[in-house]
Formats: sequence, C-alpha cells, structure tokens
Amino acid sequence: MDNLINLFLSADFWFTVIKLTTPILLATMGAHIALRAGVINIGLEGIMLVGAFTGVIVSGKLFLLGVPIPINLLISVIAIIVSGMLGGFFIGFFHLKLNSDIGITGLAYNMVASGLTVFLLFVFVGDKGASYTYKSLAFPTIEIPLIKSIPFIGEIISGQNLLVYIAFLSVIIMTFVMKKTVFGLRIRATGENPKAVQSVGISVKKVQMTALLISGGLAALGGAFLSMGFVEYFVPEMTAGRGFIALTANTMGGTPVGGMLVTLLFGFANALSISLQLFSTIPIQFISMLPYLLTLIALVFFSWRKMKRNVK
Amino acid sequence: MSGFVIEMRNISKIYPNGTIANNNVNFSLKKGEIHALLGENGAGKSTLMHILYGMIRPTKGEIFIKDKLVEINSPLDSLKHEIGMVHQHFMLIPSMNLAENLILGDERSKNGLINKKEIIKNANEFGKKYNFNIDFSQLVRDVSVGVCQKIEILKALYRGAKILILDEPTAVLTPQETKELFVELKKLKKDGHSIVFISHKLNEVKELCDRLTIMNSSKSVGVYNVSDLSVKKISEKMIGREVELDFEVPEKKLGKSILKVRNLIYFNKLGKKKLDNISFDVREGQILGIAAVEGNGASHLLETLAGLRKDYSGEIFISGVNVNKLSIKEIRKQGLRYVPADRMKDGVIKDETIYNNLIVDRLEEGEFIKHWLIDFKEIKSFARSKVKEFFIKCKDENSEIGSLSGGNIQKVVIAREFDNNPKLLIINQPTRGIDIGAAELIRKKMVDLKQSDSGILLHSADLQELMQVCDSIIILYKGEIVGYVEEPKKVKPEDLGYYMLGVKKDTDVSGVINE
Repeated sequence: MDNLINLFLSADFWFTVIKLTTPILLATMGAHIALRAGVINIGLEGIMLVGAFTGVIVSGKLFLLGVPIPINLLISVIAIIVSGMLGGFFIGFFHLKLNSDIGITGLAYNMVASGLTVFLLFVFVGDKGASYTYKSLAFPTIEIPLIKSIPFIGEIISGQNLLVYIAFLSVIIMTFVMKKTVFGLRIRATGENPKAVQSVGISVKKVQMTALLISGGLAALGGAFLSMGFVEYFVPEMTAGRGFIALTANTMGGTPVGGMLVTLLFGFANALSISLQLFSTIPIQFISMLPYLLTLIALVFFSWRKMKRNVK
Repeated sequence: MSGFVIEMRNISKIYPNGTIANNNVNFSLKKGEIHALLGENGAGKSTLMHILYGMIRPTKGEIFIKDKLVEINSPLDSLKHEIGMVHQHFMLIPSMNLAENLILGDERSKNGLINKKEIIKNANEFGKKYNFNIDFSQLVRDVSVGVCQKIEILKALYRGAKILILDEPTAVLTPQETKELFVELKKLKKDGHSIVFISHKLNEVKELCDRLTIMNSSKSVGVYNVSDLSVKKISEKMIGREVELDFEVPEKKLGKSILKVRNLIYFNKLGKKKLDNISFDVREGQILGIAAVEGNGASHLLETLAGLRKDYSGEIFISGVNVNKLSIKEIRKQGLRYVPADRMKDGVIKDETIYNNLIVDRLEEGEFIKHWLIDFKEIKSFARSKVKEFFIKCKDENSEIGSLSGGNIQKVVIAREFDNNPKLLIINQPTRGIDIGAAELIRKKMVDLKQSDSGILLHSADLQELMQVCDSIIILYKGEIVGYVEEPKKVKPEDLGYYMLGVKKDTDVSGVINE
C-alpha cells in the first residue's frame, strides 16, 4: 500500500501516464473526426502500425544518407502523415467509390498492414522480428521554460516528447474546428444527415474522404510515437490494439475533450500496470490485463449510467 | 415577352427500362403566381419537377427561363436560375440550430469560421425580411414540423430562389399551421416570387392557387384557372372518372371491446416520455381515429400496439387476452393486423413478387401447402384475385413490389392485412402520399371491414379522412390523450387542430373507455 501511495506521489509516474496516453490520444482524435463525418474508421489500428513502420524506415534511411537530423525528422513526419492519409484514402476509396462496407474495409486494411509491415521489414532490415539492428531516430524531447521550474507539475509536463505536445494540442484544435468552423459544421452535418447535406449541394463523399484523410494522418502520428518516442525501433504488431482502444475511447468520450479524459484513464491504467510489475507479487499476466480490464469496467459503467439516465 | 418565368416545352422522359414518365408535357409558370401541379401518383409530376430542378435529365424537350433557352444539369444550375425546391421529406440536421441549418452549404464566411451568435442574429433578420417570425437559436429537434417546413422554404429563399417548387408542403401540418403557411406563401407571391405547389389536397389548391396543371398518365391534361373548376371537377380530370369524395358511412351498432389499452406509458431511448398514461378502447364495428401532429406519440402508440415494442408499462388486451408477453406471431393469432406508416420499409419485401408479399404471413398456418410443399399455383390464383379486387396496377402477380407506384404498393399491404379474418386493425397513415383513386378504395375497404364487425384504430395526418370515416376520434398531444371527439361529423378540422397544437385540452377523456 505504501508503495502505491509513493507511486501516486511521484512525478515520474504521472510523466509516464501522459506519455502512455499520447499514441491513443492522437488515434482517438482520428477516430473522432471520421465518426463525426459518419464513416467509422476501423482501420486505425493498421494505420498506426504503418505509421510506426514508416517513421522508422524513413528516418533510418535518411540517417544513413547523412541528412541533418532536423530535416530528417521533418521529412519523416511528412512521410508518416502521408502514410496515414494513404490508409485513409484506401478505406475511403473502397467504401465511397466502390461501395464496399466500411467496417470490412477497415478490418481488411488492418490485416494488410500487419502482413505488409512484416514483409517490408524483412525487405529493408533483413529481419522479420524487429528493427533493433537498424539505426532510426526518435522525436526530440522539449523542455518548456518557466513551467520546467514549477515543482512536481513541471516535472510531469516539461521534458516530454514533441509528439506529446502535438497530441494534446490536437484536442484543442479538433474542438475548435468542430465547433467554430464551416468545415466542422459540414462534417457534423454529414455524419448526422448525409441526405440533407447532399441536398444543399455539398458532396458528402468529399467531406467523408477529407475526414478519413485527416483521421489517417492523426492516427499515423500516434503510431509513430510508439517507434520514435517510446522506443527507437519497430516491432511487428507493436500497436497492440491501441487503434481499437481509440475507437472505444472516442465513442465513450463523445467529444474531443471527453475522448482525451478516457484515454488519460487508459494511460493511467497502463502506467499502473507497468509500475505494479516492479513490486507486486501478482502474476505479471494479470497485471498486464489491467488497462484492458479497466477499459471494460469503464465501458460498463458508462453504459449503465447512460441507461439509468434514460429510464428516468 | 411571353410573361412566363418558366416554360417547359414538349418535355419527354423515357427511362432506360422503357417506362415513359413524361410524354410531351408542357408546363408554364407566370411571375407572381401560385401554380398547382396535380395528378395521381405515377402521373409524372415529380419527374417533371425533378427535371426542372436538375435532378433528372429529360430525354427530349426544352426549358425556357425568362424566354431564354437554358440547360439545367444539376440542382446547382437550377439555383443559378433562381429555382429552389422544397422536398417532401425534411432535409434538416436535428441536433443543430435553425440558423446552422439555414446556412449549411452556403455559409458565406470570409475566413472559414462560424460565429454562432452572429449567424443566429443574421438568420433572425433574414426571417423577418420574409415575415417568418422564427427564433433561429432553437434546435431542429425541438421545433414542430410546421417550423421545419418554414425553414426549408427559407433555405431556398436564402440561396436566392425566386421560383419555389413545394412538394406536398402541407402533408404533415395541422389546419392552423397550413393557414399560417398560406399567409406567408401569399406574401411571397405578392413580393414577386412564383411558386409551384404540388398537393393532393384539392381544397387547399382551391384556397391558395391561381392556376393549375393536371397530369394524368405521363401527359398534361390541361391548364386551368383555379376559379373555373370545382373541386369535384378537378378530381375527375385527375383520375379520368367520377369519384365520390363524400361517401356515407352506414350506421353500425358497436359491439364489445376488441382492444383495451390501460395506462400505457412508454419512454424512448433518449429517456423522453413518448406515451403518457394512455387508456382507451376500440370496439367491434368501430373505427377509432387518432389525430396528432407528427412526433406526438401516434406512431409510437400504434407500433406498441402492433407488438413492435415491449418495453412499456401498462396493459394491452386484444379480444380479452393480455398481450404484454406475447410475440408478434401470437398477437397476430388474436386477430391483429397492422398497416405500418412506412410501407416500403416495414410493409413489404421490396425485392419480392406481389404474390409472395401477399401470403408472407400465411404459410405457417398450413395454408397454400400441398404435400408438404408450397403450392404456388394456389398462391398465384389467390394473388390474381387480390390484384383484381384491389385494382392493383401491375403487369401481373409476378411483378416485383419495388416496380409498383406507392399507391399500388399500399394496396398490396392492405390486401394482405385486410384478408384472413382480421378482428383488430392498426392502421398508420394508409393514404399518405398516394393518389385519390387508391385512397378512395382504401377508405371503402376500411368501411367494409367495419361492417363485418372488425375494430379499426386509424391514424392519419389527413384530418378530412379521419372525420369522414371515423366513428370517434382521440387526439394525442405530447404523448397524452388531450381530447375525445365522440361525433366527428359535428366538429370542424380547426377544432381538432386546437387540440393537436396543445391549445385546448379536455380534463375528462374517459368517454373513450368502455367498461
């Protein structure tokens, strides 16, 4: 018990919570914009995986070519976003142009992604297991002046990876775009009543495709944080279901901010399970289950509360 | 100058499958007139107007706008020519406010941003300019269908329309709302707008319109000044034969209660109370009408009675049997038949033949079965007799349901549900959007059933219809029975309207319960 209290009082723990929240948070924003436009992006998981892979390979290749690090990272970020948009385009093209079912298409993309990344890993690195032997980059950490010197808070907030700040910034931007812009109005309208949108001369398919492209870009960035922030290598299936958790988080949260709170909860559970592994006697398998179990419990709680509110 | 803002000359539309929807139709619209476009379903009025609005390309023919030959390839083109169309089904976003709905697609924002306060202020001013007094900060889902209809019209005006095509705008409005709308339409006309008014309600046409064009079997039958024709004459020209607009419903002694509803309460998924403590009876040989504005619980009530919802509290008895725990199949065995409001979605199997749709509920009883196999010969001869009895317009009984017009699809539903000894019929909007001829037939069949001691619960947005066929009428407002009219013959539609709008409420409606 003392261990637990010490844990919650340590800035390190909360620092990790924020860090673990980041990849899911970016994907959650991706889930949000797609769902608001009426196209559920089941392919987030695959898009994240491809993003993680792209980051490692592109930054590694550029490093070998001797490209200066800032330029390398800039090109890598662009490549990652483009890889995600391609994923979004793939899903959009099949669903919107060829009329395939969006859920099935998303699943198909996930399977393509998990197979293709292993294959390409072998092509580029010569190894199917991981890219340990292949030197790739990570995004820089950033010290925020002033905030840095605040005790405790500063230790948590400052010194995080660049993508962490981008992730939390994306929540604010997403809220603003949805609420205050013409683009957001059209996205929301499309998700709710596409026929009405069509009737006023807006192309529903264009709006949905745009949403899927943005969704893909965001999720790919989230994936890249895994391979260029957490660690500096790529491992097959390293996304470990985070794309699906993002879908859940978005549905539970409803709004961008709500989605963020749910992902923070998941980040918390994740951090807790990692720390518990260090000093607990409970079998490690059970502890690893914790984040998923917590998500499940939260889901049940949310649904139960919603149902109760409705009956009143 | 011909004086016409629109002239459509020799318009023909032949679909790839050979169906002729328009056959050399001429149509003209004067500046500042309200012009009714009349015809039965399938007569080609929608096709003609969709051609004008750019949703359908004509096979042949010319369109002149202000004496200039134009080509209209899309709704955006037609908007450029100041033509706007208000569709029969509302094209609105329920969770957004009225202002957002007004500007959607044409936001006129310089920097891509939207300032909620500003658009509401602008929308309110815009509405006032056209004498529509609406608070645009309300959400669509909180306003009445009357307001929705007005927003649709304002949407067209906002996009610069000087010519409005209104497709059955009064179908779901109360008499009061209709009156209000007509005042506003007349003001628009005074300001120089021209309006095409598609409707089935001839009395309204008589009241509102200046000229009318009648279509029958894809052709224009003629253009008349409204003042030159009586309602009876108009309907004759529409269907090519005489109709009895007023038929007498013979007196009938009511029997015992076939349906008893007691203290029915129902909450929808969002937790809103949709049915509030409803109790009433339907007796043998009685047609009980339900009058209500859309969204006030009539459809919820009928669906619940038909067994489609189980999560209600209260009790429902059919022929004395409590059906709360029975499945739909078991309820139907008690003699319940149901005609749903959405015939395409809930009433028929769209891709199936007429004959299969007619017997879909019958096979389990062992009917039409011979040597353990389905007896298609028997089924088809049964279907042929029904096609004949109900004048279902089709190639033959093998036609797919989806290829029929709305009125004929409804006749198939009615033919199935009215057959096989019905004791209680739950009927929702049986004549909505279907032509006068078919509606007349359906009303007659309802009266026939009444004569054979069936009980009927009928909801219709057409108050004339309710008052014509019903023995008595209950009125629902916000899920509650607020009025009971024992003798509809003695009241006016406006009287029902006051109940429907919640202006009037009876404290004692126990007359509808027969203990």
